[in-house]
Amino acid sequence: MFAVGVSAASGAAAVKPSPNEDCLTCHADKDAKRADGSSIFVAKEKFASSVHGQAGLACVDCHASLASAELPHADKLPPAQCASCHAEIVSDYGKSVHAEARRQNGKSFAATCADCHGTHDIQSSKEATSRTYALNLPGTCARCHGNPDVIQKGHIAIGNVAALYEDSIHGRAVLKSGLVTAPNCKTCHGMHDIRRSSDPAARVFRGNVPSTCGSCHQGIARLYEEGIHGTLFRNGDTRTPVCTDCHTAHHIRQADVEAWRLDAVKECGNCHGESGESFRDTYHGQVTNLGFARIATCSDCHRAHDIHPASDARSTVSPAARVATCQKCHPGTNEKFARYDPHPNPKDRARDPLLFYGAIFMKWLLIGVMAFFGLHTVFWFPRSWRARREGNGAEPPASRGEKK
Amino acid sequence: MTSDARPVERHIARFDPFDRFLHFLLMVTFLGLALTGLPLLFSANAWAAVVARLLGGFRAAAVLHRIFAFGMLACFGMHLLRLGYRLLLRRDWGILWGPNSMVPQPRDIVQIGQNFRWFFGRGPRPKFDRYTYWEKFDYWAVFWGMGIIGGSGLVLWFPKFFARFLSGTAFNLALLIHGEEALLAVCFIFTIHFFNSHLRPEKFPVDKVIFTGVVPEEELRHERPVEYERMAASGRLEGLASPAPTSATLLWTRVSTVVAVALGLLLVLLTVWALLR
Repeated sequence: MFAVGVSAASGAAAVKPSPNEDCLTCHADKDAKRADGSSIFVAKEKFASSVHGQAGLACVDCHASLASAELPHADKLPPAQCASCHAEIVSDYGKSVHAEARRQNGKSFAATCADCHGTHDIQSSKEATSRTYALNLPGTCARCHGNPDVIQKGHIAIGNVAALYEDSIHGRAVLKSGLVTAPNCKTCHGMHDIRRSSDPAARVFRGNVPSTCGSCHQGIARLYEEGIHGTLFRNGDTRTPVCTDCHTAHHIRQADVEAWRLDAVKECGNCHGESGESFRDTYHGQVTNLGFARIATCSDCHRAHDIHPASDARSTVSPAARVATCQKCHPGTNEKFARYDPHPNPKDRARDPLLFYGAIFMKWLLIGVMAFFGLHTVFWFPRSWRARREGNGAEPPASRGEKK
Repeated sequence: MTSDARPVERHIARFDPFDRFLHFLLMVTFLGLALTGLPLLFSANAWAAVVARLLGGFRAAAVLHRIFAFGMLACFGMHLLRLGYRLLLRRDWGILWGPNSMVPQPRDIVQIGQNFRWFFGRGPRPKFDRYTYWEKFDYWAVFWGMGIIGGSGLVLWFPKFFARFLSGTAFNLALLIHGEEALLAVCFIFTIHFFNSHLRPEKFPVDKVIFTGVVPEEELRHERPVEYERMAASGRLEGLASPAPTSATLLWTRVSTVVAVALGLLLVLLTVWALLR
């Protein structure tokens, strides 16, 4: 049945050196083993339903060295040659971090064609059962990138990214919601030429991140480009954040989730240290410190992507726009209210002299009162102790001696 | 314990029910305000988030804080009304000056010096009158604290209203003052007031007078000889003589003070921990 199908599909092909039935004489036997005990079994139904089986390929099309070999052939064979048909893809693969790892270390188990695509049962990536189908690809990559053993032995510096992705908004969309349009690994990393992020040609190279993310998030990318971060990025400032600096690469979360809102404050603070510190001293900051995010954080006033300096008329914190920004949470407030300093610094006299001197006064009031009564207490304690032992505290010291 | 064991010791009334009620209200609301406010002041400390969660989140804590604040301001208001009543209707000028006044007087300054000499064994214990200087300090510290913390708290509570008169930076100042003064109040009440009035060895574990309203006659004679002699001489002592507190009153006193002292000491420990970090 199987043999007929193959020959029918490739009826017009050139002379077949060795038909598949010849191979299956041995390889259809489930119990047949190599000298080392490993099975040589090939499930012919699986091959028949594979993209190669359906295209009518013969075993020796891939296992080319056997085209004219004596049977039974040697135990050890060269690997199947994908390049004989897929030359361009294999050449792309040659540029990848996987190929590089193998070139550098002959013992590397970095992924090759078969690790992602399978062997005899290779399916078209359009098939829902394929390892490389959009909804299955994260699981395929996770076989290595979510496997602590492989990560450790393969020295994969970025760690268990599969777990992070799985918990990300992208991962949930793919793995839970089954959205084929949501990004899976290859959307950002590419397919065969997966490059290191340090490689300027990589889609995930820092300088390429905004355009990679922007290929889907076009609206946000435009806002980012107009904003101060995007402007600095365009001007070649390497300190300015790209998407992944705030959102992370793999653990991208929904922006209105409490955990993300709290983390975002830290992310901004990584660069804007002083503003982060002064925010922490306000009620807004204190509440976020306690782990609650239903309060103004950085992006609520400054916006997230189209951030502009306060001196820019487009800014939400420009003197003209500030009242409207405050009113988002504090409806009905006025100009005076909006003069509140969301980043106060009691140590900065020029910023707010009243706060500066107020802080000094309160500090010395505390120190003064506690120092005086602290000493008062320290001196009182032993006397009080003695007074209790002797019955009461009212006797003058002179009369105590007479009592004894 | 000792006073329970003695069969019939004459007690003298010192605080009327209203005074005791105000102290109790003040105690409860102060503990409540400290408990619901300190997590915010020390929000960067790990314990703060735990306490805030235990209180039911920051919104619940904020509501509780305002309820306690209302209670404390009511306490302050009732006290001021009573002072006004005594001054304006009863013409009781004695609350402005003299032995029954909380106003600091030259004698208080002298007694600070005398008391330090007594601490070092260089003189007799000062002969105190109805209110000692540290009690007056406690009173005025709370009085000032009410104004400062209460005032700044109201500004923060009703920002929209106060923004009609005050610039926005006033809220920055209000938050700073509110927190710092509250910190001072917590440090002072839970260490100095606790020690001065309750935990010092002569009084340990608690001075019950503000809860029971009465003090054993002997204790009053030792601690406040000037007041005692004056009352004895004027014959008022007989009128103030009271029975010993009932066992129910004593039990209630013990329970509430143990809870209050334990919570206060816990809060001051957390505060010190936060300050040392």
